[in-house]
Amino acid sequence: MLTEIVLGDDMKPNQHTGIVGYGVYIPRYRISGCEIARVWGQDAGSVPVQEKSVPGPDEDAITIGIEAAQNALKRAQVPPEKIAAVWAGSESKPYAVKPSSSIIAEAIGATPHVEAADWEFACKAGTEAMQACFALVGSGMGLYALALGIDTAQGRPADPLEYTAAAGGAAFLIGKGEESLAVLEASHSYASDTPDFFRRESNRYPVHGSRFTGEPAYFHHVVQAASELMEDIGRTPEDYQYVVFHQPNTKFPLTAAKILKFPPEKVKPGLIAPYIGNTYSGCSVLGLAATLDIASPGDRILCVSYGSGAGSDAFSFIVTDLIEERRMRAPHVSVYIERRKAVDYAVYLKYTKALVMR
Amino acid sequence: MREVVIAGVGQIAVREHWETSLRDLAYQSIKKAVSDAGTDSVDALYIGNMLAGELSGQEHLGALISDYCGFDGIEAVRIEAAAASGGAALRQGAMSVACGLNDCVVVTGVEQMTDVLQDKVTAGLSLALDTEYELASGISLAALFAILTRRYVHEGCCSPEDLALFCVNAQKNAVGNDYAMFRREITVDTIMRSPMAADPIHVLECPPVCDGSASVVLLPAEKADLEAPVKITGSAVATGTIGVNNRPDPLVFESVRDSTEKALRMAGKTREDVDFYELHDLFPVVAALSLEASGFAKKGEGALMARNGDIALEGKIPITTMGGCKARGNPVGACGIYQAAEAVLQLRQQAGKNQLPCEVGMIQCMGGTAATTITHILEV
Amino acid sequence: MYGGNCCHNNNSHIGGVNLEISRNWRLRNQRYRLVGTECGCGHRSFPPRRICPTCRENPQNPVQFSGTGTVYSYSTLYEAPEGFEQFIPYTVALIDLDEGPMISAQLTDVDPEDVAIGMRVEMVTRKLKEQGESGLIVYGYKFRPIVGCYP
Ligand SMILES: [Zn+2]
Repeated sequence: MLTEIVLGDDMKPNQHTGIVGYGVYIPRYRISGCEIARVWGQDAGSVPVQEKSVPGPDEDAITIGIEAAQNALKRAQVPPEKIAAVWAGSESKPYAVKPSSSIIAEAIGATPHVEAADWEFACKAGTEAMQACFALVGSGMGLYALALGIDTAQGRPADPLEYTAAAGGAAFLIGKGEESLAVLEASHSYASDTPDFFRRESNRYPVHGSRFTGEPAYFHHVVQAASELMEDIGRTPEDYQYVVFHQPNTKFPLTAAKILKFPPEKVKPGLIAPYIGNTYSGCSVLGLAATLDIASPGDRILCVSYGSGAGSDAFSFIVTDLIEERRMRAPHVSVYIERRKAVDYAVYLKYTKALVMR
Repeated sequence: MREVVIAGVGQIAVREHWETSLRDLAYQSIKKAVSDAGTDSVDALYIGNMLAGELSGQEHLGALISDYCGFDGIEAVRIEAAAASGGAALRQGAMSVACGLNDCVVVTGVEQMTDVLQDKVTAGLSLALDTEYELASGISLAALFAILTRRYVHEGCCSPEDLALFCVNAQKNAVGNDYAMFRREITVDTIMRSPMAADPIHVLECPPVCDGSASVVLLPAEKADLEAPVKITGSAVATGTIGVNNRPDPLVFESVRDSTEKALRMAGKTREDVDFYELHDLFPVVAALSLEASGFAKKGEGALMARNGDIALEGKIPITTMGGCKARGNPVGACGIYQAAEAVLQLRQQAGKNQLPCEVGMIQCMGGTAATTITHILEV
Repeated sequence: MYGGNCCHNNNSHIGGVNLEISRNWRLRNQRYRLVGTECGCGHRSFPPRRICPTCRENPQNPVQFSGTGTVYSYSTLYEAPEGFEQFIPYTVALIDLDEGPMISAQLTDVDPEDVAIGMRVEMVTRKLKEQGESGLIVYGYKFRPIVGCYP
């Protein structure tokens, strides 16, 4: 597989790199779209996802990141002190000033000889960190680098986003190609100043441009990044067994697949938003992890993130023989999806600290 | 060493004393004890108190209270050992008289808990734990005893109803104690129907949050002009691991065992000589495990003594004869001195309706989850 | 304030909350990674100790526990100490770690009625406490029912 890959071209590393280990975390609690619709008197038949994950009262992006990172290390079996960078992508940092990454690095035992930093680019902060990890390892500056996409997203009550804004995340340990369970073939990033969704510093909830978040924002960037990448390396949808898109709802990724001429069955293994909602920075990376959970050696996976504001990172991966053994070492995405306890709207408010206790 | 006697006792009723300050609580019991002893010159004041710093924002109780009581210039210090603070102060007082450094020593226990809300009290009491590892995880003192209660029942030692009998006994005894907070009988059924505080401990199995103060006056026997003075013949402190998790068997209170044995040995007494046992019944399981550790019951059979009536006033080994923590109330750092005052009344045959035929009493208070246990043997 | 330098005291108050920054920072190895001690005689302790409770020897070497264990007993709290109100009701337990020591900790991701003596649990890192809106977020170990690797 490694010999198929051309090195050192545009958005390709100088050395073979790939995913050495991956791990995920999804909180246990769920609130259904119907329950949210009940509270606001809306039509339960047209909710964007069946249910979404809700962080427990003791969870935040950092605790989500710690468990995802530990799972990635269990799969990779790499000593944490060999990790050169811990880069955490999130738009729900528990501290506005104070890195989440240093807490995660400390918890997994990667400190002190490590670069730790937080990344932010709305929902694509996680893949942005991945790009940087590929660059760090690909350039030979580090043996391993850990990228995380982690969020506890919050939608304003009664806003359409409230149905989908969810919690979860994934961690990817990036290393050399020959140690990888999926090698990176190439990537392509695409960004523009498109303000479809944003949150000002002092605000709790983000503002969005409603239907403007679709055509000029999500679809334009996702489709451009994906098609430019495939064009760069001479691939077509037929070359891929699976495709993963950022999934703010159930409909968008399926529509993006249709535009790019991928059949829905190639999207569905990585389409988890219907069951857990939109985990923002965790979204496309959780989809990628769910796909790795079932992929076979030799399969090609296209993964395309989207972050508002706006941009997309597209990656082309080839799965290796190492996948079979490593994926058994840590909980599959489906395990966390099935580990669920439904809560009603009142408990949801309590857990997301919307109640005034003092 | 000189023999030490308790020449005077004073108690104030355990209540929610909203109208009374910490210093005044102490003053009232000290005044009674000093007048009971008929003494006029006090050499030293030892104060048992756990929570003044945390709940009242007041440290330095030695100077504060001796100043307020008009004990100009005397030695006065506060002694702290969590809920065993009263017992610790009593021991300090007894030692200073025994060794001849002081002649007349007042030991007072005082606690004011009702100035703050429940969550603050719960956190305050939990300072008796290893706060960096227990309280930091949201684990309260009650939680740890609830964990022990569940395990005790799980191991087949008794039913939850058997444990409630300790509270039934305590409240029954409190009816005859003018200073007790809960002076009414209660049934097992009422207890079992009350809400959970820390599952499986019910709200009605918990001691009340309350204020109180009790004092005793200590003199060397040779200077006490009394007909039948109550002597302190045994005194012992033992400690265990601060965390109940670090013991080979969390259901064995080693500090209770050790301090009981040491105190009895010092007094030259055996368990058979002890006519009543004022134990620290913070929760029913503490009473059961104390009976076991001190050797009055076999391991796993402490609660059977409640079921069999052995702990009643007419039983084999009466406990909490004036209501104990559960019914007299548990003004934490004062508890050990209330026990001493109550034991003195029993031994002087002044315990009214609750009077036992007795010559030897054992009193015992406990800090944290039996990390400290202090035992005294009193006799006439 | 005693001894000057109060302007730089990292344990100052914000909104009545004592930050205890250095105290919490000092405990990060124990809280995040369950680092205890192991004696030459084989005895393992948590929290860490200077003196071995079995053979009274020192020094003790640091050891990181794997975090799996069995519930010895537990209690669900309906009245919490100050600072833990938002978690009510929550369950706390004594847990026999597989590597020896018993530890006291909070359980998480489990309903009180589903907890049982003998239940297998594993350590996770969660928020223990928040010092109000402005203070530290204190992270540390809790335990939950073991999550398997595959469905
Ligand atoms: Zn040793």
